[in-house]
Amino acid sequence: MARAYRWLLPHPILTLILAVVWTLLQNEVSAGMVVFGIILGIIIPWITSVWWPDTPRGFRLDKMISYSLIVMWDILVANVQVAWIVLTVPNSKLKPAWIVVPLKLREPEAITVLAGTITLTPGTVSADLSDEGHSLLVHVLHTDDPDAVLNDIKTRYEGRLLEIFS
Amino acid sequence: MTAQIIGTYAAALSLLIGSGFVLVGAIGLLKFNDPMTRLHAPTKVGTVGIGMLLLASMLHSLVIGDGSFHELLIMAFLFVTAPISANFIAKVNIHRRACETPPAPPRDDTWSTLQTPESD
Repeated sequence: MARAYRWLLPHPILTLILAVVWTLLQNEVSAGMVVFGIILGIIIPWITSVWWPDTPRGFRLDKMISYSLIVMWDILVANVQVAWIVLTVPNSKLKPAWIVVPLKLREPEAITVLAGTITLTPGTVSADLSDEGHSLLVHVLHTDDPDAVLNDIKTRYEGRLLEIFS
Repeated sequence: MTAQIIGTYAAALSLLIGSGFVLVGAIGLLKFNDPMTRLHAPTKVGTVGIGMLLLASMLHSLVIGDGSFHELLIMAFLFVTAPISANFIAKVNIHRRACETPPAPPRDDTWSTLQTPESD
């Protein structure tokens, strides 16, 4: 049973996402379109599974949802902060800085999510990954205390992602 | 009738807030003078700016009685793709040495953008 399930649904979450995206694209909820979305959601991961050599083993959907809510709130706050910096801080007073974030995360998917989160939130852009993937390079727009920003990234985002991908 | 009026005002308000954020993003792009700091204004202010404009579109479609949820998809794809373009612009800046050279990573040899083969 478990093997049949794995064969039919190699990526259950991708199946769900494809079905939801298809239904949203139709812009109306009808039973036929939902069923067609589910069929697409089964066929597409099945055809493309050759190019997805290893799925991340653990993935906690419930924690991912609470993580997304936190990130959305942070994006709102970040937008106001950055808008304030843009409008009030003169160029000569701006203190940009590079931050090196040592990574505990190992899965490429988890690092991608972390890098994306960093780019979308408070005045930070993730710029590069080291050649072996052990650290992430982050650029900060304006900070007096780079260590506090680093600590924030590690506790607020990386800690939670470690729980999600475990 | 009142719900319709409230909806119209809410749509107008989100349009105003959204265009305000987009305007600030454009100001930031013009004001900062270093390519890396310039990158910050559009990547962040843009997300809420465009998000509010899409929210206005959704509210308007609900008010005229023809609900539309395409905007949710646009928002989702925007949030997934915005960091990637920002990352690529940052990588180009590092590669062209258009910004301060970043500090070396603690455990590995170098940053992947700076890692060039001997022959280059």
